[in-house]
Amino acid sequence: MHGTEPAIDPATPILSVNNIEVIYDHVILVLKGVSLTVPQGGITALLGANGAGKTTTLKAISNLLHAERGEVTKGSIVFEGNEVQALSPNDLVRRGCIQVMEGRHCFGHLTVEDNLMTGAFTRRDGKAAIRADLDLVYEYFPRLKVRRSSLAGYTSGGEQQMTAIGRALMSRPKMILLDEPSMGLAPQLVEEIFEIVKKLNEGQGVSFLLAEQNTNVALRFAKYGYILESGRIVLDGEASALRENEDVKEFYLGVAGEGRKSFKDVKHYKRRKRWLA
Amino acid sequence: MNLVEGIFVKPFQDMFGAPDFLIQVLWEGLVAGVLYALIALGFVLIYKSSRIFNFAQGIMVVFAALTLVGLYEKGVPALLALPLTLVVMFLLAVAIERVVLRPLVNQPDIILFMATIGITLFLIGFGEIIFGGENKVMITEQLFIPTGSFTFEPFGGFVSIEQKDLTAVVGAVLLVAGLILFLNKSKMGRAIRALGDDHQAALSVGISLSTIWVLVWFIAGVIALATGIVWGARAGVSFALEVIAFKALPVLMLGGLESVPGAIIGGLAIGILEKLFEIYWGQPLLGGNTETWFAFVFALIVLLFRPQGLFGEKIIERV
Repeated sequence: MHGTEPAIDPATPILSVNNIEVIYDHVILVLKGVSLTVPQGGITALLGANGAGKTTTLKAISNLLHAERGEVTKGSIVFEGNEVQALSPNDLVRRGCIQVMEGRHCFGHLTVEDNLMTGAFTRRDGKAAIRADLDLVYEYFPRLKVRRSSLAGYTSGGEQQMTAIGRALMSRPKMILLDEPSMGLAPQLVEEIFEIVKKLNEGQGVSFLLAEQNTNVALRFAKYGYILESGRIVLDGEASALRENEDVKEFYLGVAGEGRKSFKDVKHYKRRKRWLA
Repeated sequence: MNLVEGIFVKPFQDMFGAPDFLIQVLWEGLVAGVLYALIALGFVLIYKSSRIFNFAQGIMVVFAALTLVGLYEKGVPALLALPLTLVVMFLLAVAIERVVLRPLVNQPDIILFMATIGITLFLIGFGEIIFGGENKVMITEQLFIPTGSFTFEPFGGFVSIEQKDLTAVVGAVLLVAGLILFLNKSKMGRAIRALGDDHQAALSVGISLSTIWVLVWFIAGVIALATGIVWGARAGVSFALEVIAFKALPVLMLGGLESVPGAIIGGLAIGILEKLFEIYWGQPLLGGNTETWFAFVFALIVLLFRPQGLFGEKIIERV
C-alpha cells in the first residue's frame, strides 16, 4: 500500500511539486526532496507533525519563502503549466493560486469587509464583479456579514479564519493552499470550516492543498493524502486507504491496536524519494 | 517668589490681558504646526508601509522645492514647473524603489535606515550639481499664492493674518483630507494599510510590494513638495531647510510612528505649544530662542509617561 502511485488521473494536475529541496538562510535544509501533485478540483491533504515541513512546502508553492530567507534549491514547482519560481507572489495570485496562512493573519486594524476587499487587489475585472463576489463570500460565511464593520483584530478565532478564507476567495482562486485551518479552533468550528471547504470545492471548483495536523478531520474531507516527516514524504495514498493504514492509525490518529508498544518496535520510516516522473 | 509668579501667574495675565495678541500667537503656532504635521505625515506613511525610518524626508522637502525653483530659473513657466516637479518626485520614488529598496528587501531595519541616509547624501549632492547650492527665493507670486494680509480687530486689538499662511493652512488641510480619504476608501489605500498591519499576509493575498512602495514614496514626495513651497515662501529655499525635518522627530515621538492622526495632532500641538512657550515663558524668563529645543524636551517628558507616544498604534490583542 505504501508504494501506490496516485490513482487519480495524473495527466492534468493543477499543481505538481517535483522533488523540491528548500534551504533556509543558506544552511538549514528543511525539505529534502518533496514531490506531490494536486489534481484539478481535488482536495489533497498534507499531513505531519510540527516541524515536518508542511508550511515550508506551502510557502515554496506560493513563493513566499523569500520573505523568510528561504530558497528552493532543487526541483521544480509547476502550477497550471507555469514554473512557480519565475513568478512573484503577486503574479501567482493573479493566476489563481493563493495561500491562506497558518494562524489566519488577518489585518487587525482593518474591518472585516476591508480585509475581504484586500483579497481583490490583483483583480482587473471591475467593481461590479468584485461586489458580486463579496456577496458570494457573505453567502458562504453569513457570520462575516454580521461582523463586516468590526475590526478584524477584535473578532473571534473562527471568524478570523473565515475572514482569511473569504479574503482568499475574493481573488477568484483556482487553488487555495490552506495552512492549518483547524489551529486553535473548537472542534465544532473546525467541522464548520471544513464543511465550507468542501462546499467551495464542489460549488466553485476550487482545488485545495490542505496542510493539517488534525489528521482525523483532514482525511475525512480530503480525497488524497501525503504524510510528511522531517522534510520527506513518507507515505501517500487515497484518503480512505490512509485512514485504514495501521501506521497512520497508530502515529497520527492515536488509535493503537493492542496496548502499549515497546519502543524498539516503533518504526521509523526510511528515506523514500519519488524522482521526477 | 518672582519666579513662581513668572511661571504660574504672569503668563496667564498676559494672555487674558491681550487676547488679540494671544490669537496672533496661536495662529503663528498653528501655521508652523501644520508644516510639522505634513513632514511627520511623510515619515509615518513610509514607516507604516515598509518599517523604514526615512531619514531622507527632510532633504526631500529641500529637493522638491529646489527642483521647482530651479526649473523656473531655467526658464520653465511656473505653472508648468509644478507638474514637472511632481514628475521628478515620481521618478525619484521609482528610482529609490528599484535601486535601494528592492535589493535590500528583508534586510534588518537598521540597514534600510542607513540606506535612507545614503539617499539624503545623494540628494544633497545631486541637487547642488543640477541647481546650484546658493539660496533661492520661492516663486510665490508666480504660483499665484496671495501675499497680502488680512487684518481684523477683535476685542479692540489687532490681528494680522498673512494670506500665504492662510493659503498654506487651507492647502495642507485639503491635502491631508484627500490623503485620509485615499487611505480609507481606495483600493491602493487599503493595500497600504494592510501592508502596515501584516507584511506577510499582504504578500500572500497578492499585494505587490513594489507598486505600494513607489506609491508611498511618491506620496511622501508630494507632501515634501507642499511643505517645501510653504516653508520656502517663509524662509527661502536652501539646504538649511532640512533642519525643519528634525522638528518632525518630536512630533513623531508624540504622535507615534504609525499613526496618521497622531502625526497631525502631534504636529499642531508642538507648533502651537512651542510658540506659546516662547512668547509667554521663554522670552521673559529664559531669554528667548526656546523654539529650537522646546519640542524635544516636551517630547522627552511625554515619553517618560507614554513610551508608545500619545497616539501610538493600539496593539490589538485578544485574550
